[in-house]
Amino acid sequence: MNGAQNNLIKKGYQWLDDRLHINSLVEYMSSKAVPQHSHSIFYYLGGITLFLFIVQVITGILLLMYYRPGADSAYESVKFIVSEVSFGWLIRAIHSWSANLMVLAAFLHMFTVFFTRAYRKPREMTWYTGMGLLALSMTFGFSGYLLPWNELAFFATRVGTGMAGAMPVIGDYLMVIMRGGEEVTGATIGRFFGLHVAILPLLTTGLLTLHMIFIQRQGMSEPMNWAGKKQEDKKYMKFFPNFIYRDALVWLVALNILALLAVIFPDGIGVVHWPLGIKADPFAAPPAVIRPEWYFMFAFQALKMLPAHIWFLEGELFGIIVFGLGGLIWMLIPLLDRRANENKRSPMIMAFGTFVVLFMVVMTIVGYLVE
Amino acid sequence: MSDNNSRRNFLSWLTGLGSLAFLGSIIYPAYKFLVPPESGEANVSQVKLPFTRSEIEGEEKKAKTFKFGRTLGLIVLTGEGELKAMSATCTHLDCTVQHRPDLGIIWCSCHNGRYDLDGKNISGPPPKPLELYIVNEIKGEIFVSKETA
Amino acid sequence: MIKFILIFIGLLLFSINGFGSDNNCMSCHLDLEDEGGSASKFAKDIHSQKGLGCADCHGGDPTLDDMDDVRDSKGFRGVPNHLEVPDFCARCHSDAAYMHDHNPSMPVDQLAKYKTSIHGQRLFSAKDKKVANCVSCHSVHEIGDGQMPYSSTHPSNLPATCAKCHSDKDYMTEYKIPTDQFEKYSSSVHGLALLERGDLGAPACNDCHGNHGAAPPGVSSLAAVCGVCHALEAELFEKSPHADAFLENDFPMCETCHSNHAIFKLSDNMIGTTESALCTECHAADDGTIGLPTADSILTSLNNLVMAHLDAKQSLDEAILKGMMTTNEEFLLKEVDQSLIQARTLIHSFNMDSVAPKAMEGIAKADTVMVNSAGLIDEYYFRRKGLAVASLVITFLAFMLYRKIRKIEQK
Repeated sequence: MNGAQNNLIKKGYQWLDDRLHINSLVEYMSSKAVPQHSHSIFYYLGGITLFLFIVQVITGILLLMYYRPGADSAYESVKFIVSEVSFGWLIRAIHSWSANLMVLAAFLHMFTVFFTRAYRKPREMTWYTGMGLLALSMTFGFSGYLLPWNELAFFATRVGTGMAGAMPVIGDYLMVIMRGGEEVTGATIGRFFGLHVAILPLLTTGLLTLHMIFIQRQGMSEPMNWAGKKQEDKKYMKFFPNFIYRDALVWLVALNILALLAVIFPDGIGVVHWPLGIKADPFAAPPAVIRPEWYFMFAFQALKMLPAHIWFLEGELFGIIVFGLGGLIWMLIPLLDRRANENKRSPMIMAFGTFVVLFMVVMTIVGYLVE
Repeated sequence: MSDNNSRRNFLSWLTGLGSLAFLGSIIYPAYKFLVPPESGEANVSQVKLPFTRSEIEGEEKKAKTFKFGRTLGLIVLTGEGELKAMSATCTHLDCTVQHRPDLGIIWCSCHNGRYDLDGKNISGPPPKPLELYIVNEIKGEIFVSKETA
Repeated sequence: MIKFILIFIGLLLFSINGFGSDNNCMSCHLDLEDEGGSASKFAKDIHSQKGLGCADCHGGDPTLDDMDDVRDSKGFRGVPNHLEVPDFCARCHSDAAYMHDHNPSMPVDQLAKYKTSIHGQRLFSAKDKKVANCVSCHSVHEIGDGQMPYSSTHPSNLPATCAKCHSDKDYMTEYKIPTDQFEKYSSSVHGLALLERGDLGAPACNDCHGNHGAAPPGVSSLAAVCGVCHALEAELFEKSPHADAFLENDFPMCETCHSNHAIFKLSDNMIGTTESALCTECHAADDGTIGLPTADSILTSLNNLVMAHLDAKQSLDEAILKGMMTTNEEFLLKEVDQSLIQARTLIHSFNMDSVAPKAMEGIAKADTVMVNSAGLIDEYYFRRKGLAVASLVITFLAFMLYRKIRKIEQK
């Protein structure tokens, strides 16, 4: 029976190969090698992010079947999904968990790339597209948060878009464009929905394709200290099948964790939670504690802690300018870190990176401790 | 050797079975999700009543209650043959109100609270009117909707 | 300095009300009175707000500068004594033509009603200066209508207004009536609703006793008085076998079981055949009536419903605790609440055949809640089991993959 099964697979493969020349593709992949060293584990982070993104696409499309944007239907339809549709609670729980884990995985991916300085020549463009993808993920999170139109989301979005309104020159216009008016209303849902299910997926697909092509063309980045090593001292693993199998194993584990989290904590856990709660009421008093999603917490808290005025600028404006500049520097790291291309240490860059990580961690913790 | 072979066969058979079960555990919830639930769609600010005008007429009190989102509604057939719908929860202490065709009012039996057929509180303890809904009759079906601001 | 400010305020208020220099009363009276005296309160008074001034009640010519001249001027009536007050107010309030010009919808029968009240009778016939007259309840210069929240006759202030005299033991000694009404009322269901929860629909003193014609309701009129709000109970009672029996024995209808001022939260133990039940106060097993068997049957129906409600609520709470969506069941449980209210109301028919069907209806709904909640709880465990199976499958596949990787890499 087993033999017959194998035979069938072989025949199918043969059929495809006759037409698409799969063999050459497999040969190409088999010739590729993944460096093996103490930090090899970092190579899986991008794959995990990709896996979670695929989960997002699938569960997102499923949710789209029942979701209805609009001030008087959004909340009701999400409620309908979680209460009446079979497994609706599960799909929403997976979508929410996967969203948070995806942003987490993307952040970890970025920092490991940063500290192993894998962005150095020739991989600058991979870094730029990656940064773009991270920004898109966060926008995904921000826009998706509002869609259930519950109290929690409404006030967080009002505060979030309000902060965008503090930006110099374009702030007011940007806020009106984002909100679809002066206030967060049903019009805002329409915009965020369009962004969440059309604009962002389109951009993400484009950038992701580029990001993946770059990686396939260039292969995995080798550690900096391999530069002077003799070829026989370097250890490699075949990309196909060894690395692919390992990737699949990691994905299976990720799926298992995702399923466990979604069933046991369908509404999230601790501060990372998304209970449907009550419907948004623009005229109701805002809840005592309004918090953004955890990955915006550091920025939210830092802006909150700034004094009302710094020099001649408003505190919030000053904060946004600093964050904007910081983000730009971070994005342009491949240009600034010239020493990396010459395989030299660059303590300044490492110090900057360490500072950023510490700043984000401390501010996030402070944000959750301070009411 | 043959022992080893049969063990390998068994394991690959088990892996195949596992893969099928795996696919099943993903496809089954997704399929069930796509099967439309009994209630059809999320009722938003409108509800189709599960009964007709003649059923209301058949009631001794010329009125029936219906579920509207989280609240209970009351639909009343007035003496003039008009259908009026409103919240059925008394604004005094949350009892369920009823139609009194003999008095031409909406009545709460708990404390003799009275409302007119437009839901306005006219006597007794109720402090505010009942929320009035909009009724539409289309081809014998009754649709009740909330007034949207 | 304070006086100057008061004068200034007084002038300001009166200029707003259109008196200006036409009314000189305040310039002296504010000066003569202590701070917070009655003249300074007058702005809050409904009469002031309707455009009346001092002279409209007290007479005299307000444009004069000298007090003595005012006293001698035409129509000066000064301050009425306690016995004169009703007629003093009635000069306008019983004058239909005059009242029509000021407040056409206002009744003009207050004096007539007052004369029928215990207060009025004693004031006019016994010249009793201690009984309430108009100002005892309405205040002197802060008279408001019942809608104004600060008014002494606003429903939430009224019990305290009556209690001013009626709770004063020394003051009431000679009348030999109880003085604990306010105390009892405040802790009763009605008092708690009105005074604690601010439910203005709950009755204050006047809703049962009347206001100007204040008198305790008669034994036979009790059902009508309580029936103003408790209409269904009154209607059921009037049709019940108790209606005639109570009348014959001169038992006050509602009060016999529910008391008067101290109407406490009801308990199902009031009915039944045990010693604590009220039924046994009149009925005995061998009294030749079906009283006790009926009580027993009603109590059984009621208890069954209460138990079913409790069970339903418990299983629903468990389902909620497990994080299940229970909107429909919560909805249905509310209907059980309604059945319980209705079944308890139906007690007043004192007929076992009316309580039992309502109780059955409620029990059926409660059972549905139970069954559905149990289904939801099952669903909760089903989810966990489904997860366990799926997780096991994934773990197995992961393990097989791991073996495979080990195998290729050993080569």
